[in-house]
Amino acid sequence: MIRLILKRLVLGVLTLWLVATLVFLVSGALPGDAAASLLGQDATPATLAALRAQMGLDQPEFIRYWTWLGGILHGNFGISLANGQPVAQVIATRLPNSLMLAGLSALVAIPVSLVLGIASAMKPNSVFDRLTTLLSIIALSTPSFLIATLFVLVLSVWTGWFPALSSVDRVHSLGGLFQVMTLPVLALSLSVIGQMARMTRAILLQQMNEPYVETAVLKGSSGLRAAVLHALPNVAGPIVNASALSLNALISGVVFVEVIFAYPGLTKLMVDSVSNRDLPLMQACALIFCAGFLILVLIADIIAILTNPKLRTA
Amino acid sequence: MSEQDKPFIEVSNLTIAAGGRDIVRNVSFAAKKGEVIALIGESGSGKSTIALSLMGYARRGCRITGGEIRVGDRDVLGLSRAALRGFRGKDIAYVAQSAAAAFNPVKRIRSQIVEAATLHRSMSREEAGRRQKALMKTMALPEPDSIGERYVHQVSGGQLQRMMAAMAMINTPEVMIFDEPTTALDVTTQVEVLTAFKAMIRERGVTAIYVSHDLGVVAQVADRIIVLKDGEVMENAPAEDVLERPRSGFTRSLLDASETRRLDLSEGHDRDVVLQADGVVAGYGRIRNGLPGYPVLHDISFRIRQGQTLGLIGESGSGKSTLGRVLAGLLPAAQGRAMLNGRPLDLRDARRRSKLDRRELQIVFQMADTALNPRLSNAEILGRPLTFYHGLRGGARRQRVMELLDMVRLPAHLADLSPRELSGGQKQRINLARALAANPSVVICDEVTSALDTVVANAVVELLVELQRELGLSYLFISHDLGKIEAMCNEVMVLLKGREVERAARDRLTAAPEHAYTRQLVRAVPQLRRGWLEEVTSVPAAPTA
Amino acid sequence: MDSTAVPARPTRRLRLPRWPVLSLIGAVVFLFWAIIAIFGDWLAPHDPGAFIDSWNVLGPMTHQTWLGTDYLGRDVLSRIMTGAKYTVGLPFVTAGLALFFGLLLGVGATLLSEPLDTALSWLMDTVNSLPSTIFALVAVAGFGTSIPVLIIVITALYIPSAYRNVRAAALNVSRMEYIDAARVRGEGHLHVIFREILPNIVPNMLTHFGIMFIYIALLLSGLSFLGLGVQPPEADWGALISENMVGLSYGAPAIFAPALSLLSLTIAMTLMVDAVSHQNRER
Repeated sequence: MIRLILKRLVLGVLTLWLVATLVFLVSGALPGDAAASLLGQDATPATLAALRAQMGLDQPEFIRYWTWLGGILHGNFGISLANGQPVAQVIATRLPNSLMLAGLSALVAIPVSLVLGIASAMKPNSVFDRLTTLLSIIALSTPSFLIATLFVLVLSVWTGWFPALSSVDRVHSLGGLFQVMTLPVLALSLSVIGQMARMTRAILLQQMNEPYVETAVLKGSSGLRAAVLHALPNVAGPIVNASALSLNALISGVVFVEVIFAYPGLTKLMVDSVSNRDLPLMQACALIFCAGFLILVLIADIIAILTNPKLRTA
Repeated sequence: MSEQDKPFIEVSNLTIAAGGRDIVRNVSFAAKKGEVIALIGESGSGKSTIALSLMGYARRGCRITGGEIRVGDRDVLGLSRAALRGFRGKDIAYVAQSAAAAFNPVKRIRSQIVEAATLHRSMSREEAGRRQKALMKTMALPEPDSIGERYVHQVSGGQLQRMMAAMAMINTPEVMIFDEPTTALDVTTQVEVLTAFKAMIRERGVTAIYVSHDLGVVAQVADRIIVLKDGEVMENAPAEDVLERPRSGFTRSLLDASETRRLDLSEGHDRDVVLQADGVVAGYGRIRNGLPGYPVLHDISFRIRQGQTLGLIGESGSGKSTLGRVLAGLLPAAQGRAMLNGRPLDLRDARRRSKLDRRELQIVFQMADTALNPRLSNAEILGRPLTFYHGLRGGARRQRVMELLDMVRLPAHLADLSPRELSGGQKQRINLARALAANPSVVICDEVTSALDTVVANAVVELLVELQRELGLSYLFISHDLGKIEAMCNEVMVLLKGREVERAARDRLTAAPEHAYTRQLVRAVPQLRRGWLEEVTSVPAAPTA
Repeated sequence: MDSTAVPARPTRRLRLPRWPVLSLIGAVVFLFWAIIAIFGDWLAPHDPGAFIDSWNVLGPMTHQTWLGTDYLGRDVLSRIMTGAKYTVGLPFVTAGLALFFGLLLGVGATLLSEPLDTALSWLMDTVNSLPSTIFALVAVAGFGTSIPVLIIVITALYIPSAYRNVRAAALNVSRMEYIDAARVRGEGHLHVIFREILPNIVPNMLTHFGIMFIYIALLLSGLSFLGLGVQPPEADWGALISENMVGLSYGAPAIFAPALSLLSLTIAMTLMVDAVSHQNRER
C-alpha cells in the first residue's frame, strides 16, 4: 500500500512539473514583448533594452525556462509587471480569500450533493428523484456567470438582502462576513451541486444492484441502511474522484463569481493579469490553481486506495 | 388435522410480473415444519423469484401481483415495511448463489455476520461475536476464531458459501432459503458444502427451500420436489416419487438429461495424428529462462487423431482454459512444441502462424454472449471467416452462410438477426458455426456447454458428435463437467494444478480411475440416487496429490 | 441453378430512437438552434450592427424589435441569430475535432509501442486534470483571441478527455471474446479496431460528444463574458449577456433573451445525452 501511495506521489510531482512546463510554454507563446507593452509608447530603444535585460527577456527561451523553474522551487515567482511588486507578495494577499470562498462552497456543496444523490438513488424514478434530476440538469447546464448574475438580481437588486459586491477585505465581524459571503458561496455551490448530485446518484444506483446490497436487505436492513452502510463504502473511491472533478468545475466557477461580485480573490487577479498581459503574475496564478487541483486529485486517489481493502492489504 | 401436519409455509396462487409479463403464474405449494422443499427448473423458470417472494422480496423490475404467502402465522405479502424488516434475516434467512458477490467486499466478514444479529437486536454484540465463532466451527471452517477477520477476497469460494450459511443461521431462523448455493463451486468442494448444509438443516430442524437446477444435488437434500417450467408448477411430489416415478413429461426430460450418457463415437487408433503437443509450459507474466512469472501449465503433452476427441477435465484454476488459449495462439507458451497436420505450429508467437494453420485450428469460446459481436448480424459474423479464409463474397457467401446455419440446425431466418435476439443455445450454435465456416480440422471447445441449461447443453453435445461424424472433425473438449466429457470424448486427460495426473480412455477413467484425485473427481459427481452424498462422505477422501 | 432457396438479405430497418418525451423536445430545440446557427446571418431581420433605435436603448419587445434593443439600441433578435454560429457552431466543431483527434491518438497509441502509449496516456491525464477555464485563460494570454485560436485552444483542451473516454470504452470492448476470436482468425489490427471495436463504442462516443459540447459551450460563453472570447464587433451569446449587464436591474430582454437561449441550448443537449446514455446502458 505504501508503495502504491509513494508511486502516486512521485507521479504527482512529475505531473506538476509537466504542468509548469505547459504553463510556461503556452503563456509565453505570443510574439511581442512584455517589456515593450510595459513601457508603452514612449520607450526609447535604450530603456527598452535595459528593461529587457533586467527582466531576463534577452536570454534564450530555454535559459528563461530554467531560471523561472528554479525561482519557483525557491518560492520566487518573479516581479509583477503591473505594479512592480513581487508576485509572491501580491498572491499572498489574495490567496486566503479565494481559499475561503472555495472552501466554504465545498463545505456547502459536498454534503448537500451527497444527501441529494443518496436520497434520489434510494427511490429512483420517484417524484423526488425526477425533481432532483431536473434541477440538477438545469443547474449544471447553466453557466456559473449566469447563476451568479441571477443571484445578484434576485437577492441583491430586487430584495436588497445581501450586498451585490463582496468586498471581503473590509469586513471585520462574523455577521458581516456572512452578509458578504452568502451570495458568492451560494452561487458557486449551486453549479457544483448539480454535477455532483447527479454523479453520486449514478454511481450509487449502479452499486445498489450489486448482490451484496440485496443480501443486506434480506438480512433485514432498511434500504437506507443498506445504501449508507454497505453500498456507500464501496463507492467511496469513485465518489471522492467525482467530487475532485466537480471541484474542477468549482475552480472554473470561482473565476466568474469573483469577477461578478468583485471579490478580491486570486482568480480575479488572474483575469486582470490576463487582460494586462502581466505574464509572471498569471503564470504563478495558473500554477497555483493547477497545483491545488492536482493535490485534490492526489488526495482523492489516496482515499480510493485506503478505502479498498484489496489495495490496502496489497 | 393435527398440529404436526399443518403446513408451516403456504403459498397459494402466487403470480409475479416483470416487464408486463407474468414470469410466475399461479404457483401454489406448502411445506410442513422441518421439511426441505426443492424448487427445480431451468434458467427462467422463476425458481429464484418464487423463493425470494417468501421473504416478501421482489427484485428490481419484478412485482408480486397476486396470491398469498403464509409463513407460520404471518401473511407475508400483507406485512408492513417495518414488520418485513423484522421478519427478514431473523425468522427467514437467505443463502445466495454466489457468496463471493453476496458479501460486501470492503467489510470484514465477521462484522457482516454480527450485523445480521445486532440489526434485529436479538443478542448483544459480544454474544453475536461468540455465536459467529461457534457457527464458523459448525460449518467446519478452518481457524473458526479468526477466519471472520478476513475480507471476501482472502477466502475461497467454498468457505465463503459456508460463511454465508453461518450468517443465515445466526438468528436461528425458522426458514432458510438456499438459492443455488453450490452452483458456482467445483464438484469436490460442492460435496463438502452440501454435507455441511445437510447436517445443519437436520440438526436445527429448520424448514428449508432449496433452489437448484441440478437434480442430483436436490436428490440429496430434499423431502419434496417442485418442478417448475416457465413460471408454472409442472410437478409437486415427494422426492422419491419425482425421482423414480415422474408423472410429468417435463420432469422425465429433466431426469433423462441428468442421466449419464455415452454417445457412440468412432474408434480410430490407427488414424493420422491431427494435433500434437509436447512439453508445453505456459503461464502469465514475463517469460524468463523458459519459465513464465506465474506458471500455470507444466509439461503438457498430448496427441489427437483425426475424427477423435480428447477431453480435458479439471477444476477452476487447473489451467485447462489456459491450454486452449495457448493452442489458439492467444497466450504465448514458454516452452513446448506442437504439430498441426504434420506441420510445426508456432506456440511462441502466433503472428508467425500461417493462414492455413489458423484456418485448420479453430476455437469456440465458452460465453456465446461475449464471443459474438452484438453490432453485427449473424450472417456477417459467419460471413467474415468465409471471406477471410476462402475469399467468398456475395451470393456464394450467402449460400454458404445458409448451409452453415443448416449444419448447426438453425433456421435460415436467423441469419439477419443480431446475436442479441437469440437464445443462449442458439447463440452457442452460431458460435460453433463460425468455427465451422473455416473448414477446420481441429476445433478447441472451451467449456462450450457450461453456460447452458442441461437439456440445451446435451443437444449441443449431440450436435458436436454428429458434426464430427459428418465432417471428420477432431476436438479438444475442455470442460469441468465429467458427464459431458464422458458423453463425447474418446480419451480424457485430467488436469490438477496445471499438471496431467491421469490420461485414459473414457470407459477406464470412470470405471477404474487410478489417480486419487481422479477417484475423488469421479465420486463427487452428484448422482440421482438418494443417499449418494452419505456414500461419498463415509469413505474418507484420499488426500489429493 | 435455383438460388431462390437463399433468402435475400432484407433492407435494414430504420429504427426511430425510442426516447423519452423530454429528450425528444431537447432534440427539437437543438435542431432549431442548429438551423439558426447555419442560416442566422441570412434570416436575421436587421443588421446586427445597425443602431435601430439609438434613443431607446435596452428597449422592450416591440413589433419592430421582437426581443427589444440592446445597450446601444441594436436589435437583440438579430444579434442572437448571428451570434448562434459561434455559440452553437464553435462547440460543435471543437467537440467534433477533439473527438476525432482523441480517436486518432487513441488508435495510434495502441498500434505503436507500449512505452509511447503509457507516456501519451500520462500526458493526456495531466492535461485532462487541469481546470479548463484557468488553462483557457493562460492560452488566451499566450495566443491572443481570434476564432482560429479559440478553436485550436479548445480542441487541444478537450482532446485528452475524448482520448480517455474512447480508450476506456475500447478497453471494455477489447475484453470481449469476439475480439479474441478475431485475433485467433488472424485479423489485422485495423480490422479489429474499425470493424469489431469501433461500432461498439459509437453510442459512447456520441454521449461524450454531447457532454463535451455542453462544457465547451459553457466555457466559451464564460470566456466571452470575461471579454476574452469572441471579440467585437462579433458577439456570441456570452458576450451579449456581458455587454447588456446594465440592463439587469430593469429586467431588459436584451439580457434575458440571450441568457435563456444559452440555457435552452445546454439543457437540450443534456436531455439528449441522457437519452443516448440511458439507451446504451440498457443494452
